[in-house]
Amino acid sequence: MTIVSMTVNGTAASADVEDRTLLVDYIREHLRLTGTHVGCDTSQCGTCVVHVDGKAVKSCTMLAAAAEGAEVTTIEGVANGELHPMQRAFNDNHGLQCGFCTPGMIMSGIDMVNRYKAAGRELDEAAIRHELEGNICRCTGYHNIVKSIAQAASEM
Amino acid sequence: MSEGIGAPVKRKEDKRFITGKGKYTDDIRMENQAYAAFVRSPHAHAHIQGIEASAAEGMSGVIAVLTGAQLTDDGIGNLICGWAISSKDGSPMNMGAWSALATGKVRYVGDAVAVVIAESKDEAQAAAEAVEVSYSELPVAASIAAALADGAPEIHENAPGNVIYDWELGDGDATEAALAGAAHVTEMDITNNRLAPNAMEPRSAVATYDDAEDHYTLYSTSQNPHVARLVLSAFYQVAPEHKLRVIAPDVGGGFGSKIYIYPEEIVCLWASMKTRRSVKWTAERTESFLTDAHGRDHVTRARMGFDADGRIVGFKVSTKANFGAYMSLFSSAVPTYLYATLLSGTYDIPAIHCEVLACYTNTVPVDAYRGAGRPEASFVVERLMETAAREMGKDPAELRRANFVREFPYQTQVIMNYDSGDFEGNMNQAMEAADWAGFAARKAEAANRGKLRGVGMACYIEACGIAPSAAVGSLGAGVGLWESAEVRVNPVGTIEVLTGSHSHGQGHETTFAQVVAERFGVPLDSIQIVHGDTDKVQFGMGTYGSRSGPVGISAIVKACDKVEVKVRKIAAHLLECDPDELVMEDSQVKVPGTNKALGWHEVGLAAYTAHNLPADMEPGLKEGAFYDPENFTFPMGCFIAEVEIDPGTGKTDVVKFVASDDFGVIINPMIVEGQVHGGIAQGVGQALLEEMVYDESGQPVSGSYMDYTMPRAEDVPSFVVEHHNTRCATNPLGIKGCGEAGAIGSPPAVINAITDAIGNNDISMPATSAKVWAAIRASGTGMAAE
Repeated sequence: MTIVSMTVNGTAASADVEDRTLLVDYIREHLRLTGTHVGCDTSQCGTCVVHVDGKAVKSCTMLAAAAEGAEVTTIEGVANGELHPMQRAFNDNHGLQCGFCTPGMIMSGIDMVNRYKAAGRELDEAAIRHELEGNICRCTGYHNIVKSIAQAASEM
Repeated sequence: MSEGIGAPVKRKEDKRFITGKGKYTDDIRMENQAYAAFVRSPHAHAHIQGIEASAAEGMSGVIAVLTGAQLTDDGIGNLICGWAISSKDGSPMNMGAWSALATGKVRYVGDAVAVVIAESKDEAQAAAEAVEVSYSELPVAASIAAALADGAPEIHENAPGNVIYDWELGDGDATEAALAGAAHVTEMDITNNRLAPNAMEPRSAVATYDDAEDHYTLYSTSQNPHVARLVLSAFYQVAPEHKLRVIAPDVGGGFGSKIYIYPEEIVCLWASMKTRRSVKWTAERTESFLTDAHGRDHVTRARMGFDADGRIVGFKVSTKANFGAYMSLFSSAVPTYLYATLLSGTYDIPAIHCEVLACYTNTVPVDAYRGAGRPEASFVVERLMETAAREMGKDPAELRRANFVREFPYQTQVIMNYDSGDFEGNMNQAMEAADWAGFAARKAEAANRGKLRGVGMACYIEACGIAPSAAVGSLGAGVGLWESAEVRVNPVGTIEVLTGSHSHGQGHETTFAQVVAERFGVPLDSIQIVHGDTDKVQFGMGTYGSRSGPVGISAIVKACDKVEVKVRKIAAHLLECDPDELVMEDSQVKVPGTNKALGWHEVGLAAYTAHNLPADMEPGLKEGAFYDPENFTFPMGCFIAEVEIDPGTGKTDVVKFVASDDFGVIINPMIVEGQVHGGIAQGVGQALLEEMVYDESGQPVSGSYMDYTMPRAEDVPSFVVEHHNTRCATNPLGIKGCGEAGAIGSPPAVINAITDAIGNNDISMPATSAKVWAAIRASGTGMAAE
């Protein structure tokens, strides 16, 4: 067992967990933040994406212990009193249907926009589609997800 | 009205999903919850010699190890297929026994043999690996060809030759005569590849037995919780219906795979009773590949005959369908009444004959997956049309135009009666949007860049809104296929609509509310849609086959009709006017042009205070209705795909995709277009990327996202989605349904485009880069382009 301590959505969290506990299981089962999902067992689908120290991470591919001392943001921590522009864009553009991949898409979308802005690069449709390589959606055909991220990129 | 029928209203349900507050089954945690892990067969076909569980039973956290023998001893029934299909000779289908935990034999890799219940998921999984099952392996039939070969291993003893049924539809003699007299006959062998549905939320179940009440509660990833309750109680004897509550909370996609009642839900309920613990099971993705019902998997030979003018004279189709190791809940209907009945396509065909041979194999059971039978029919018809046009030197669009059904109602030779449509109108719209006329220039431009560009068309038709109960009953269905609704107006005027449809991404909480908002002239926010809980909604048949619009909404409309009658009577009584003078708008019930008006909430309050109601009127304001459709609905459309292929690698890019659909009356175009986008992506996935592959020993070799190619954002373009709608003639709002169309029309459009680009018609789905590259080499087109 290992005691892990980190900040999750701005709040200090600490727990004694088995060494093998994945970050996603810590978030879902220990902290009961169930907006972060598990859609596969091979790090392909991206429904588990969270931000660790400001970077998008697949939380199924990281041990909770490896996030010791980190600042973790989950989908529940994205809105700051009002919806984040990325969240609003998904609603505006019908960027979600069943909603299962949506938290991961939003977390990846925010990270993508931040990285491109920091690098001064244009996030056009081709770039958005390329950047979504690690997020699978079965409902939307990606059409409206791409539109959503493009809208948010213009507002963020 | 901005919130009513036809308005692209943003979805009411989105907020909980975009903030991480959706509540899916795996998010449920009960007090006293334990976890289930299944012991699954590693062999495709084997006798079970023995199960040694003592080591597992002694492991940390293990509560129980349960087997099929105990399940059978407790009287839990076998899984069944609910649609009886008879062979040509009148004999019934050969349904083999399917126990939720195998006894005697295992028949596919993943067949559940035992279950471990433990305090934690990790402990359950560790103990499941410690259960020692000794097997005696048997010869395997993992494909249609292997199952139907002479001397093939027998999978079920009551299915000689592994045949489930040998069925036919249409007039064989007339069709053969027409083909014999045809000026041209196009003949093709067509494979429809096996797919894994892959809803992003894996299946999950949480079962709780309350011994004080002798009552069960099941949270389940279900598209149809009422059907689940019915089947679990009536056929599997898990619990009596009034002692079983099934809740399907937020469900993360279904595409058919969550219609069925699987062994895991049965076992979790039973194990909860055995252990007096809540029992949770959630599939890992690999387990989903091993256990979710797969789709498609047809092998077909088809012949289409034409006269000298290019008119179709006859169509003969012989199909073999793979059902996997057991007959899943609706499996038998898919390659018969959901497939052969659509083989007239959008065309006037005077003679059609279809034979379907269904067989067992040592693979996962196969059942309905988005489109279910109709994609297979559309693929056969539209590949034949395209190929025939090329063989006869005709323009593929003009050959279709010359054969379209033009007058309605139109009785096909294969049961279906089309009520409405303007097939040529949709084709014209799609051709214009795709700039069909400008294709030659684009092809030449692509050639300058060293790319092979091709265009392909498909004019699909499908049958939705399944279906008139008496009709499907006469064809073998074990259930009626109506829908129910209840509309409750509260004393403060807010409205709750209880529906038997289930939303798992379709946006019912918005679209159903739009219908009611427009009907009563009240705000969308004052309406709540309630679904997915058998304790709240009395009964329902659930959501599949694009039936929530044409059937589910029709039931709501019927219930609204009854509410409206009562509202008019109450308001007329209070306003001293004629009920027919009243209109409902702007949250008022009023006589236009007068000052006679009541607030909508005042009518609600009057109904519940009952201080001043018309004589003999009961208090309250809620009405229920069951709607049984009078016909299927027939969405259709024309899809045009353009591809560019790199002749050096065979990589295919879909560079343009245009859809023109006829969905009848549309409630919310934003949501409808979203349904089309998703369907097209699944169809492009089938055409280019996806295949569930088994090796000869029955081992699945594409059982994870490392191996099974899901379409990703870079694999599809943005889509152009247009509508040319004609009103459905057979339901109150004129709705046809839109959920499956994209997946039905897109595979033939894409394959027609690829074969056009490479000049080689011999390619099967998925048209991977390797296959396309080989086909280019075989045809010599690549050399020319280079």
